Amino acid sequence: MRELKILAIVIFFTLVTYWGVEPFAHSIMHPHHEPATFKYEDLKPLNKKGDPKRGMKAIVNNGCVGCHSIKAANVPAPMDPVTASASYGVNPPDLSLAGALYDEKFLANVIVNPAHAMKLDHKFGDNKPFPMPNFYGNAQDLADIIAYLKALAKHQQLTPKAAFINACGRCHDMKYDNWYVIGPKPKMDTELEKAEFNLKHAQYQANLKNYLGTNPPDLSMYIRSRGEEYIRDFVEDPQKLLPGTAMPRVGLTKEATYQVIEYMEKVGDRKKDKRNFLGAWVLLYFVIFSILAYLWKKQIWKEVE
Amino acid sequence: MAQFTKANSLYEWLDQRLALSKLWKVLAAEYWIPKNINFLWAMGVVLVTMFTILVISGIFLLMYYKPDTKLAFDSVNYTIMQEVWFGWLWRHMHAVAASVVFLVIYIHMFTGIYYASYKRGREMIWISGMLLFVTFSAEAFSGYMLPWGQMSYWAAQVITNLFGGIPFIGDDLVVWIRGNFYVSDPTLTRFFMLHVFLLPLVIMMLIGLHFYTLRIPHVNNQDGEEIDFDAEAEKYKAGLKKESKVIPFWPVFLSKDFFVLGIFMIFYFFLVFYHYDFAMDPINFDPANPMKTPPHIYPEWYFLWSYEVLRGFFFDVGPLSAMDIGLIAFGIANVIFFFIPWLDRSPVVAPAHKRGAFFYWFWALLIDMIILTIWGKLPPTGINAWIGFFASITFLLLLLVILPKITKKEAQRAGGAV
Repeated sequence: MRELKILAIVIFFTLVTYWGVEPFAHSIMHPHHEPATFKYEDLKPLNKKGDPKRGMKAIVNNGCVGCHSIKAANVPAPMDPVTASASYGVNPPDLSLAGALYDEKFLANVIVNPAHAMKLDHKFGDNKPFPMPNFYGNAQDLADIIAYLKALAKHQQLTPKAAFINACGRCHDMKYDNWYVIGPKPKMDTELEKAEFNLKHAQYQANLKNYLGTNPPDLSMYIRSRGEEYIRDFVEDPQKLLPGTAMPRVGLTKEATYQVIEYMEKVGDRKKDKRNFLGAWVLLYFVIFSILAYLWKKQIWKEVE
Repeated sequence: MAQFTKANSLYEWLDQRLALSKLWKVLAAEYWIPKNINFLWAMGVVLVTMFTILVISGIFLLMYYKPDTKLAFDSVNYTIMQEVWFGWLWRHMHAVAASVVFLVIYIHMFTGIYYASYKRGREMIWISGMLLFVTFSAEAFSGYMLPWGQMSYWAAQVITNLFGGIPFIGDDLVVWIRGNFYVSDPTLTRFFMLHVFLLPLVIMMLIGLHFYTLRIPHVNNQDGEEIDFDAEAEKYKAGLKKESKVIPFWPVFLSKDFFVLGIFMIFYFFLVFYHYDFAMDPINFDPANPMKTPPHIYPEWYFLWSYEVLRGFFFDVGPLSAMDIGLIAFGIANVIFFFIPWLDRSPVVAPAHKRGAFFYWFWALLIDMIILTIWGKLPPTGINAWIGFFASITFLLLLLVILPKITKKEAQRAGGAV
């Protein structure tokens, strides 16, 4: 009984200390924020019904393909990533999966006024216009474009990796999965090829830095350094968690966000399943060990007590 | 020269040459421990086990780790955590063991204080234990630098900077320790050397010394009773096992330790697999970036109490700057426990609950150190700064003033009786 009392005291003070330096300290260092809702309530909803069949025509008429590729519809990129980044700061996204990745309301708003929808008004304005011009076309065209993009995305499968590459991969490296802002690093045999790849990467990064003011970090270990919850809420509204950041709101749907997180977990915490599986067996081993040790102790101490 | 007869077995052959039976008797079968103990007496074996886990997991990590600022982070987080077979397990075990080993050290230390196991011939046990605590601290600090994450870098920057407060040689000393004007590649490589060679070597020698210091005064017991170990051992050997006040290290003492160890291992491996963030701070999964100061810089939890004593004095007093006062207090905090056997002026060896005022002093010290630990992590602003200040003052008063005072009174009360 006395031993249990001592144990209770030891556990109590250990838990108080743990509570103080972990949950309590972190609640003070990282103030609470509301979790992501993915509702994008500050944005105006789309008030017209679009026709996907007219969408492609509207896309061409409004000049979207002058900068954006739509590989799923055989529209190639007008420039390679490095050249594009030299012109716009960042390589404009391919639109094949846009209808699946981005919230419908966000998509409508980002076409009309990109800097505003991305919450980058503090960085762009009349003096420094956002690289993508605002949309001054008619509302029906807008609705048709969105209907088209959604229909197009339906025909393809959105994988976690594709979600990441499309939504994040033009600014962020993911080197633990061989992804770089200019594309995957190919298998290279000669020093010349390697130097060329590195040069392109460095050029792109320099353009990006010029555009954003800083180089976005490699995200390989972000699942461990930030955790799922922070990433989810940060992606939904970066300014809420890090006011003034150059990171745009990207307007992902809830599903696409979780796919991005799934991919980040696959890359940064690849052994999670193995860890969870093995843990149970190791614990079981020590439970059995403890039972046997207890029985042995009882037997031995019978003689002395 | 000894007489050697033909041996009938390999064991006998070795026994003739190495006196194995005698060695086993001296070290285990007839190494006597008091019977009147509780599970807190098993912390030594738990610590040996944790240290063994640290050494073995460390050896596996060492095979893949690269002590170079350009390679260190990826060698840990990619090569070891993802590529190497079970590398992630070794790293989790190493990191979590490094953290919980301090929990056990603190339990071990407070047990020693509670039962007054540092006096009446046991001073060297206490001192060698404190030497182990200090070298373990250095080992933990140097190890924390190796993954070269954000907190590795900034904790190293802040802690090495402290040496700059030493008069006259401070600035040169900082450069000498870092091997550069700031924390950089030479710093990482030399701390790597300290972590994998010099400090483990010193720790192993100190563990040997710590065990050796136990041999003459023997282990204390729950009531601080003075036991005639020779007489009690004779009783035990004569078969009066129930009447004897002692038990042999093997198998009686260890049989209980194994059980305690089993329970502890359940706790430890639960942390390794399912709850490791407290020991593997998420922020250290961001690569070190000298251009980007993290908003909060704090050491690992086991250094927080002394870190808070350092930060606690946040205003200048006369010619002394806040930084200097903090450093002096920090210096005192780091060596003060060495002197406990002499700060305690009473000859009474008894558990705290039989020592009157000392009992309240013990819990006050524990609670004060927990407050220092918690506030050591909080941002030192507003009311937090004052709580840290008062807790630091309390800490110094408890050890330097109150302890000698109450134990002197206790000695007077005990008079010549003890």
